[in-house]
Amino acid sequence: MNESEIQKPRVGLFVTCLVDAMRPNIGFASLKLLEDAGCDVEVPQAQTCCGQPAFNSGDDATTRAIAMQIIENFEQYDYVVVPSGSCASMIRTHYKDVFVDQPDWIERQSALSAKTWEILSFLSDVMHHQPEGIKFDGVATYHDSCSGLRDLGVHDQPRNMLAGVEGLRLVPLKDNDACCGFGGTFCVKYPDISNAIVADKTQSIKDTQADILLAGDLGCLMNMAGKLSREGSKVKAFHTIEVLAGMAGDGGICGDET
Amino acid sequence: MIQTSDRFREHVARALTDDDLKVALTRTTGLLQSRRRQVVDEYAEYNEARSRAAAIKDHTLRYLGHYLEMFEANATTNGAVVHWARTPAEARRIVAKICTDAGAKTATRVKSMLGEEIGIAEALEDAGVERIETDLAEHIIQLAEDPPSHIVMPAMHKTHEQVATLFDDKHTVVPDSHDIPDLVGSARRELRQKFLNADVGISGANFLIAETGAIVTVTNEGNSELTCTPPKVHIVTAGIEKVIPGMDHASVFLRLLSRAAIGAEITQYTTFYNGPKRAGDADGPQDYHIVLVDNHRTDMLGSDLQPMLRCIRCGACMNHCPVYAAVGGHAYGAVYPGPMGSVLTPALSSLKAAKDLPNACTLNGRCREVCPVNIPLPDMLRSLRARQWDAKLASPVTKAALATWGFMARRPKLYHLVTGLGVHGLRVWAFGRNRIRRMPFAGGWVKHRDLPRPERGSFMQQYNASEHATRNRK
Repeated sequence: MNESEIQKPRVGLFVTCLVDAMRPNIGFASLKLLEDAGCDVEVPQAQTCCGQPAFNSGDDATTRAIAMQIIENFEQYDYVVVPSGSCASMIRTHYKDVFVDQPDWIERQSALSAKTWEILSFLSDVMHHQPEGIKFDGVATYHDSCSGLRDLGVHDQPRNMLAGVEGLRLVPLKDNDACCGFGGTFCVKYPDISNAIVADKTQSIKDTQADILLAGDLGCLMNMAGKLSREGSKVKAFHTIEVLAGMAGDGGICGDET
Repeated sequence: MIQTSDRFREHVARALTDDDLKVALTRTTGLLQSRRRQVVDEYAEYNEARSRAAAIKDHTLRYLGHYLEMFEANATTNGAVVHWARTPAEARRIVAKICTDAGAKTATRVKSMLGEEIGIAEALEDAGVERIETDLAEHIIQLAEDPPSHIVMPAMHKTHEQVATLFDDKHTVVPDSHDIPDLVGSARRELRQKFLNADVGISGANFLIAETGAIVTVTNEGNSELTCTPPKVHIVTAGIEKVIPGMDHASVFLRLLSRAAIGAEITQYTTFYNGPKRAGDADGPQDYHIVLVDNHRTDMLGSDLQPMLRCIRCGACMNHCPVYAAVGGHAYGAVYPGPMGSVLTPALSSLKAAKDLPNACTLNGRCREVCPVNIPLPDMLRSLRARQWDAKLASPVTKAALATWGFMARRPKLYHLVTGLGVHGLRVWAFGRNRIRRMPFAGGWVKHRDLPRPERGSFMQQYNASEHATRNRK
């Protein structure tokens, strides 16, 4: 049986609004790794945002409208894969909260939720894929973003996959499971509280002496990297997927463009 | 205490510049987190106990009337006088009348959050009774004239250095030294005679046992026993959600409570009070009153906030909350701070009076993870935001921003066009630098952090120009 006869899983890649606007590299790294893992990847054009800003502000009607759009555009795929624990969890665990009285939509929503995955857990748990021949020199520390960790159980997968990267050493981060203070709209609604929280986080990061910060959510990464940058730190921040795809060649998130 | 949740932002601004507060909070929350982690890891049946506890509470809440009546009947048989109070004002009147009828001049008190909730201090003041707080932390904040800032450790906002200065200033005999054991000794010296002279002792209850009519207090200092036993009158004030069916159930909760609250397998004192002094008893009160308080709890029954009534007041949620650790308990301006308080305060007062509380949360979920009765706190905080939205309480700025964003998010072509333009605009605004440090309408972000200069073109723009896109378009 040759390779073309094996049915490849069809994956709809949802890059998320933050990756779309701020760091497309994460989207391209996701695309590459999913294809390396043997997926047939498509990028639906009608994707914008998962709806979290509306959901977390209590605006269920807008959330529902956006959720319907996602369902319509992604339900044709075998899997929906998202390079963010927070956005993946929005679709997987929270969409159900905004459909209460519409049986037909509830059915479509639960089908979509069930096949939506955060990318590292998808590559690891569904595709059993381990990137090979990746080199990345440095000492890195890893922050567990809250939604991925608590809603989706993303913990061992990134660590196991990173262990296969040549030249990379992972050092533990104190309070790795404590929130970085991003919280979506929280960080702009309560900037001073958010700052106090992220300042503790960047201190823990600097205390590790690592030169690389890794995590699986661009929101948290922009928060921590933006604070590190403001503090004059030279720590470079990357999404885990950028390292695993061998696409972490620049100065990182909020770093120097090369 | 007077609720000032509507001034949350003002309180936060003050808290964030208080260096002593930062020291106090960091020392204590760090220790509580590591201790809890350790005892929970060592408790092999923790997950089963946690599910069982939640199930017991859910069952009891479902048949709350039945169990409350059972408790009342058994407590009455034991010799208690059971009072029912719908509101804090009713509860205060009942407490004041008991004190007046007893001709009380002084009352010792064991820490109880329900007591704070109904305003016991005011009730005693109205009755002309001197209030003596006997919990060490409550003693500290009574001297400092502070409200509590934590439901288990009400003086969490104070460093021991600050307590030393306070005791030097206020204690009849100054502490022997500023070492912590000597400070504790000084408080003991100050309080001992007052315990023995008090006319009334007032406690809360961690649990009410329906099948026996007993009330349970869980403390570390022995002050409950010294408050509830020597005086002629013992008054218990408790929320109606404290009832549990039987003794077997109590053992499930006792194992969870001390582990979650202070990271210990058990506390120093767990006492079951079964009634007034009987013939032949060496000690105990002559009169024993139990005041059961509703204060909106029945409104929560059957609503999406009902799981909050499972709460056993351990404080683990606040010990693990990044917002609480940053601003402390006083910032919330309410009796109950932290995540559980941000759910309870709107329920006990109003959505509007506590508008900031459900919003000032990152929804990180650690509170739920450590909750010994698995209360879905983040879901409830989110659902309170939805209630606020439906009640049109969201700020005009938030509404306008969300409306604009929502309009575009539902029109992908427009959205991609605007995002592309936005990315270009940000690159121009960066003026050739790698980072953006100032930006209109993004003050909340750039005040404390840099914003990266985005890549050349959004993902969609770059992708649509790529070979992959061309291939997929066929």
